[in-house]
Amino acid sequence: MSGKPKLHYFNGRGRMEPIRWLLAAAGVEFEECFIETKDYLTKLQTDGSLLFQQVPMVEIDGMKMVQTRAILSYIAGKYNLYGKDLKERALIDMYTEAMMDLSELLMSYPFQPEDKKEQHLANAVDKAINRYFPVFEKVLKDHGQDFLVGNQFSRADVQLLEILLMAEECKPDILAKFPLLQQFKAKTSNIPTIKKFLQPGSQRKPLPDEKDIQKARKIFF
Amino acid sequence: MAGKPKLHYTNGRGKMESIRWLLAAAGVEFEEEFIETKEDLEKLRNDGVLMFQQVPMVEIDGMKMVQTRAILSYIAAKYNLYGKDLKERAWIDMYVEGTTDLMGMIMYHPFQPADAKEKNLALIIERATTRYFPVYEKALKDHGQDYLVGNKLSWADIHLLEAILMAEECKPDILSAFPLLQAFKGRTSNIPTIKKFLQPGSQRKPQTDEKFVAIVRKIFNF
Repeated sequence: MSGKPKLHYFNGRGRMEPIRWLLAAAGVEFEECFIETKDYLTKLQTDGSLLFQQVPMVEIDGMKMVQTRAILSYIAGKYNLYGKDLKERALIDMYTEAMMDLSELLMSYPFQPEDKKEQHLANAVDKAINRYFPVFEKVLKDHGQDFLVGNQFSRADVQLLEILLMAEECKPDILAKFPLLQQFKAKTSNIPTIKKFLQPGSQRKPLPDEKDIQKARKIFF
Repeated sequence: MAGKPKLHYTNGRGKMESIRWLLAAAGVEFEEEFIETKEDLEKLRNDGVLMFQQVPMVEIDGMKMVQTRAILSYIAAKYNLYGKDLKERAWIDMYVEGTTDLMGMIMYHPFQPADAKEKNLALIIERATTRYFPVYEKALKDHGQDYLVGNKLSWADIHLLEAILMAEECKPDILSAFPLLQAFKGRTSNIPTIKKFLQPGSQRKPQTDEKFVAIVRKIFNF
């Protein structure tokens, strides 16, 4: 038994990607078991491995953890990426919850029906530029520090970088009006564990292509 | 200045209800300011008090907290309803995410188009009885204790009670196959702070009706 966390999901980003990011940023090696067919998902469901019949599922520290947020909170708590006290945690939670809302919008874009895609993208970009990015730009401006909360690297920084890169995939110049976010992106990308994760050959997953989308539809829908 | 938490939301359950439950269960008195019109929401937005232009927003301990889960986590931790260590916290988080998913389905049900309602209700009942309740029934069976995690009242228990009562509003006999959940419901409802919250006249909000759906659609524009 390796002792490394083991991730169960399909071979794509989806809801597992923030977990891959956080483990990688924390310098934690992990294994992955990919769900390639509906039959395999059914097998996991019937053998009792999935508390609510759903993935992501992560085997970690003797638990079969499910629910993305629960998993992220556990990892962040374990590797000291969750602030130093309750109030810092509160800020981190507020920021990361908003990032997850934006991430839902961005993540679901490739799965929209063709006739809805353009409107969906426009809405996602609008929310990114007018609702979410200004908040994080202001946070960085107000305290002038490198990290979002408590002058210390936290899960909020990892998730912010992930979201900035996802947003740029949708619209390459989306950070045009946010100089501090651009700086944040560059600095955070250079943190050694993160730099490694951003290299080709890492466990970071690419944007889904048509084939991946069809596969996901077959397995999950 | 009151010092009591102040809740900003519409005068109905929605995403704020779980927060009301948790504060009440923790024995914390709170005030509420209701958003009655679109203009009320615009004013909050223009005043810059909503970090992401959204409610729920709770003024607590000098913060204007937003994002339901962030608020719930803060309250749970502050009032010792979040387990004693990281692993208990992990279990509480997993259980709460399950009940959040179930209650989310129930919360959105009144907003479904008329022709989808019947199917949606059937799905809610199926999920409750085959995906969610069996998990909590088994958890209680396996350890034989009164509470879900760590033999102590936690956020997970309060959230489960709320979910059970909401599910019963959908189908009164929905717990018929779950004897331990029935016992859990009886016991947990009798905890003094919770018993008080379940009394008429408390800040607990009633089921969402047609009238409230119309108000919400107007205020939030959907």
